[in-house]
Amino acid sequence: MYRYLSLIFVFFLFSASAQECNLSMSGYIIDLHDNSLLENASIRIENTNLYAVSDEKGFYKISGICPGKYKVTISHINCEDLTRNIKIERSEKITFSLEHHLESLNEVLIKGELYNVKDKSAITAQISHETIDKFSNATLGDALSSLPGISSLNTGNAIVKPVIQGLHSSRVLVINNNVRMEDQQWGIDHAPNIDINSAANITVIKGSSALEYGGDAIGGVIIAEHQKAPLKDTIMGKTILTGMSNGRGGNIATNLIKAYKSGFYLKGQGSFKRTGDFEAPDYVLSNTGVQEQNLAFEIGLNKIKYGFNVHYSLFDTEIGILRASHIGNVRDLANSINSLEPSFVSDFTYDINPPKQDVRHQILKVNGFRKLKDFGKIDLQYAYQNNRRKEFDVRRGGRSGRAALDMELQTHNVLAKLKYDKAENFESKFGVELTYQNNFPNPETGVRRLIPDYDMFKIGSFWTGNYQLNENWFANAGIRYDFTYVDAQKFYQQSRWDDLGYQDEFEDIIVEDLGTQLLTNPTFNFNNVSANLGLQYSKNDWVWNTNLGTASRAPNPSELFSDGLHHSIAAIELGDLRIESEQSYKLSTQLKKTFTKWQFDLSLYYNYINNYILLEPSGFEQTIRGAFPVFEYKQTNALLTGFDFALGYDFNKNLNYSTNFSYVYGQDLTRERPLINMPPANWFNRVSYRFNKFNDLKLDLSSQLVFEQTRFPDDNFSTPILNPDTGNFDNILIDISQPPQAYHLLNFRAEMPLKLNFAEAQIALNITNLLDTSYRSYLNRQRFYADELGRNIMLQLKLNY
Amino acid sequence: MMNSMKTIKMMAFLAVFALAFTSCDDDDDAPAPINEEEVITTMNVMLSDGTTTKMLTVTDDDGDGPNAPVISADDLDANTTYQGTIQFLNELETPVEDKTAEIAEEDLDHQVFYVPSSGLSATITYNDQDANGNPVGLDFTLTTGDASTGQLTVILLHEGDKDAAGVSDGDPTNAGGETDIEATFDISIL
Repeated sequence: MYRYLSLIFVFFLFSASAQECNLSMSGYIIDLHDNSLLENASIRIENTNLYAVSDEKGFYKISGICPGKYKVTISHINCEDLTRNIKIERSEKITFSLEHHLESLNEVLIKGELYNVKDKSAITAQISHETIDKFSNATLGDALSSLPGISSLNTGNAIVKPVIQGLHSSRVLVINNNVRMEDQQWGIDHAPNIDINSAANITVIKGSSALEYGGDAIGGVIIAEHQKAPLKDTIMGKTILTGMSNGRGGNIATNLIKAYKSGFYLKGQGSFKRTGDFEAPDYVLSNTGVQEQNLAFEIGLNKIKYGFNVHYSLFDTEIGILRASHIGNVRDLANSINSLEPSFVSDFTYDINPPKQDVRHQILKVNGFRKLKDFGKIDLQYAYQNNRRKEFDVRRGGRSGRAALDMELQTHNVLAKLKYDKAENFESKFGVELTYQNNFPNPETGVRRLIPDYDMFKIGSFWTGNYQLNENWFANAGIRYDFTYVDAQKFYQQSRWDDLGYQDEFEDIIVEDLGTQLLTNPTFNFNNVSANLGLQYSKNDWVWNTNLGTASRAPNPSELFSDGLHHSIAAIELGDLRIESEQSYKLSTQLKKTFTKWQFDLSLYYNYINNYILLEPSGFEQTIRGAFPVFEYKQTNALLTGFDFALGYDFNKNLNYSTNFSYVYGQDLTRERPLINMPPANWFNRVSYRFNKFNDLKLDLSSQLVFEQTRFPDDNFSTPILNPDTGNFDNILIDISQPPQAYHLLNFRAEMPLKLNFAEAQIALNITNLLDTSYRSYLNRQRFYADELGRNIMLQLKLNY
Repeated sequence: MMNSMKTIKMMAFLAVFALAFTSCDDDDDAPAPINEEEVITTMNVMLSDGTTTKMLTVTDDDGDGPNAPVISADDLDANTTYQGTIQFLNELETPVEDKTAEIAEEDLDHQVFYVPSSGLSATITYNDQDANGNPVGLDFTLTTGDASTGQLTVILLHEGDKDAAGVSDGDPTNAGGETDIEATFDISIL
């Protein structure tokens, strides 16, 4: 509806002038920060009695203006007054942009700009800083697995990889503070190198629609955003102290922000974690201690029109690997599986001995943006990442102190984004990304390289657009192209080279024949195209999202080059130079509604992946160590489909119930058998009660029921194994496929805010695995060797100041 | 406004710098080959009755590679007492590296097991001890009985539990640990 709210017009000043006072001035009053239209802003021509108030569309019009120079003041309750000198000679259309008051701008800066605001039709799940704080002493993967459709693939309890609707590792991008993590994410036992305490908000996009971050998100994208600095003269901080009974350790995390009204700010964040051996209900999980120390600094300037920041972060962790999971050959594996107890159990200790991982990840980021008048925004970023991973094995001859694997992965990345947002209902983004990556495996290890030396160059470009058709319909689309060039230098054992059938096909890449080894120079070009189309329909609190996307992922170094024995599963894993990119086609749809008392969210998805890369068993090898099963990377067509369901109900202001259920079906269409490592169905229930008395004490009881995975590929094998009693060899079936039984866990949490005169505080008691249940999880690679963690009693103190 | 232009210029400069830096970094030096240091390619069991020495040998030139190990064993004499020693070599190194000393040094963490199959008329007793009085298995006595054929499995175990039941008597059942070498010889006692 187009209507003036008011136009009051009293008398003409300077009416003695012969000029005709019939000019007008009209236009819109908009919010400079987000371009929203401002209603009830007043526009006053100083020294006259002419003024207008903007209508609900932000439109104003003042008529009866005499030609001349005027001072115009625009005011709005949420904004700082704006004064402009203007000259009026004819009727003009003038639009004014107002800046928010500092307080309300802080609201926008701190709480706004969440990822899903930008891309509404994406199917997402989010965890807030309250949830993140609860997991202060845990990992990113632990925190995310509380969301429907997200589970985790673990190696022990400290190495936790998030799994989105059945997919993980290279198929899930992790974006940390706008930097795409390059932390050797290909490895199943390589957890994301992120300090959970550095994130203020984490969004999971269950699909490939976040094209600006990468086109290879076959599974999805995890976006961790940091706390934004407020625009005022202040110093604020948060400290969380957690102590835990299991592991007999704790964690301290601190976050400090010094901000100025000018927009300048300094941020510092650090955390330190130390635990000893964790314990299952019946035994100590020997050598599972953790030490982690993280630091981050940022300096920046946040103006409405421009800004920059320089960020440095260090993530450094040392994780003990369950001693019993390091084995020699298939006989040891058979013993471990059949004995049902770990073969090494010692007394509790804080010592972390080999086998262990020692990983350090550093990020240096420089980012600047500038708003462009009548266009939008340009954003430039350079990021350098250095990932140093050392893995220590149990070795002979005093070599245990020397890493058996020592890799340094360095990544330089330049990202330029241009955003157009000046049209009322259309927004578009275009970007170019350049990446150079170098992997250096240190030869000092005295162990043949798992991943070879390589250089990778990548250029990517994307376009995305959002269109608001009307108040009900919203559409978004995007396309991305990536070109990747990989130049590797790899040694092959002559026998392996022949065994893989490379002698004819790859003869031309041999650089040097060293007798038993060949030095080769494999190079690859990958062209990957990804695209996405999304629709949203919303009406009366109902929201329906649909997303159709295709993502393309080039094979990772592990899929191309793996070549060796994995001590944790007594298997030989072999990559293949012939592996090509995999391409997914995913259709997802989501229906959600928020009623006054209850809310629900149902999403369904269908993900078809062409040339899906997976490990398949391919026979046996005899070595001087004994016999080993061999697994080779192959390609197949795969289907992942399933649903995530969440429901919440508020009985009253104090009592709340929520539940979620996820199911995923994974099938290898080529071989007509289930896909390995699909998360079993998972049902989560929670009841929470908040007392008005007792200082707002909140009690929370949750239950997690994980069903037995009944769909799994049968990779079992029979092999002759020495029976030490008779000295003869018996054919023994090695059952590496059967998933563990269903299990049910109860968790309890009590939290209470405390009023201190210097800070807002909260104290919480958290008990996981309340009943000290012994169980094993299908998605834990150490399920052959030991039970999961027993009861863990944690006490947490949180201070906001 | 000037500030922001500076910011953008600085960004551009950094971007160019980064690319220049990385292209300098791109050396084409070939990486150094690695010969596995811990690999044992050869295990020799030498059995001496005072006059002649019988050899049991397993060789795997490519370590964990696809080629199967080559196994050979001399025939043994019936009703004979052999003094046995064992030797571990890495033949990938030049000169050939004897790994036996490395194992002897870490005798607390190592034990060699000799397990005859039920049909083979042979018994084994250990002749050596580590600092805790547990056997190591680098020196042993093999006594043959009447003529028979069967198999002898030799296992080198790392970080097994020597105190577990039966382990110090030469039974690896309860030892746990990880297997560094496992080889089975077809033996004829004539």
